[in-house]
Amino acid sequence: MISLSVWEIVHFLLLAARWTLLLSAIAFLGGGTAALLLLFLRYAQPRGGATLVRYYIELLQGTPLLLQLFLVFFGLPLLGIEVSPLLAAAVALILYAGAFLAEIWRGCVDAVPRGQWEASAALGLNFISQMRYVILPQALRIAVPPTVGFLVQLLKATALSSIVGFNDLTRAGTIVTNATFQPFLVYGLVALIYFAMCYPLTVCSRFLERKLGSY
Amino acid sequence: MGYQLDFWALAGYLSLFVQGAGTTLALTAVASTIGIALSIGGAATARWGVRWARSLIAAYVELIRNTPFLIQLFFIFFGLPSLGIRLTALQAAVLAMTINLTAYSIEILRAGIESVPRGQREAGLALGISPMAVFIWVILPQAVANVYPALVSQIVITMLESAVVSQIAVVDLTHVADYIQSRTYRAFETYFAITLIYLCMAISLRWLLARAGSKLFLGRPR
Repeated sequence: MISLSVWEIVHFLLLAARWTLLLSAIAFLGGGTAALLLLFLRYAQPRGGATLVRYYIELLQGTPLLLQLFLVFFGLPLLGIEVSPLLAAAVALILYAGAFLAEIWRGCVDAVPRGQWEASAALGLNFISQMRYVILPQALRIAVPPTVGFLVQLLKATALSSIVGFNDLTRAGTIVTNATFQPFLVYGLVALIYFAMCYPLTVCSRFLERKLGSY
Repeated sequence: MGYQLDFWALAGYLSLFVQGAGTTLALTAVASTIGIALSIGGAATARWGVRWARSLIAAYVELIRNTPFLIQLFFIFFGLPSLGIRLTALQAAVLAMTINLTAYSIEILRAGIESVPRGQREAGLALGISPMAVFIWVILPQAVANVYPALVSQIVITMLESAVVSQIAVVDLTHVADYIQSRTYRAFETYFAITLIYLCMAISLRWLLARAGSKLFLGRPR
């Protein structure tokens, strides 16, 4: 047993929290890109892609993230890819975020009035230009609050990466607990640090929702 | 690559799969029942309670919704014993799942209560029905009917998130997978099979609850 002062524990946990933030950022950027691709696939003609996207989302939203993480962690080596905990966690979280964001953004695109599609088609814009110049800019306005809200969910989801051995905030908590035998204090502090990262996003999402409103 | 997928290695463990799935479903059922019952009270308090009770509920909801479930679980299982509250893994899992679900469903039910027109309450009170009876017989059924799909989603999410309780050695479906893969060295096949079982359970649970809902709220305008 090692005795550490509360300040030393907080310092150690905050250092680990950087990895949580990094993983969240990777998952969000990667997942956002994936979701954008899925969104284009969903609305493109011919409509075959839409079914595929629906199955993908159903699969990812209908299974536990922990199992998705394990499948990536144990599945990639079968393809001959060496996985580090960071790589496994990043891949799994990107797939996960992609599915959720694609579903959230679909709702926002669907909220754009049909006439906008028809008008832009009548002006001779092709599909990519329709999305790029007409639909997405309007969908963006209502997409921001729920996207920020999802960021909270994603940040919390990164805690599972500790289970495959990624040194994030949760795993740091476990390590410090094993060294100091003070689980109440350490996990309490870990929870507070997560709260300090998530709550501002929650407040921000709520504020944006009031400010931007809906159609 | 020399690796051959072999799902037959899992065939001998069928009874364990069933047992694990049973535990996962039982955990979900207990946590959902208690959680939703508690959140009815919580949502009513958040709407009509005295100020300190309202702030307490708001703080609880924010705290739970802005921290990971895994940490809540660790805090309850590893942290509470130092306050003299010693729980078995199964009790800790049920407690954590209930606390988590309650926070989310308070928010859902509160939205449901707010969607019921004010006149419903006024009409009930004008008829001389007690406020409590108005809430239970007039407002609550309409509120639940309005947010039923969201409640169903939350229950399914709770079931999927419960995979995490395997980390404190509750023998749920995921823990069964950990055990089987340590015996067979067939990690990918095991987790693949278990993932499919979760998917089937999620789809059937959603279907079942949706069906129950359409029976329960028959004749209500949707």
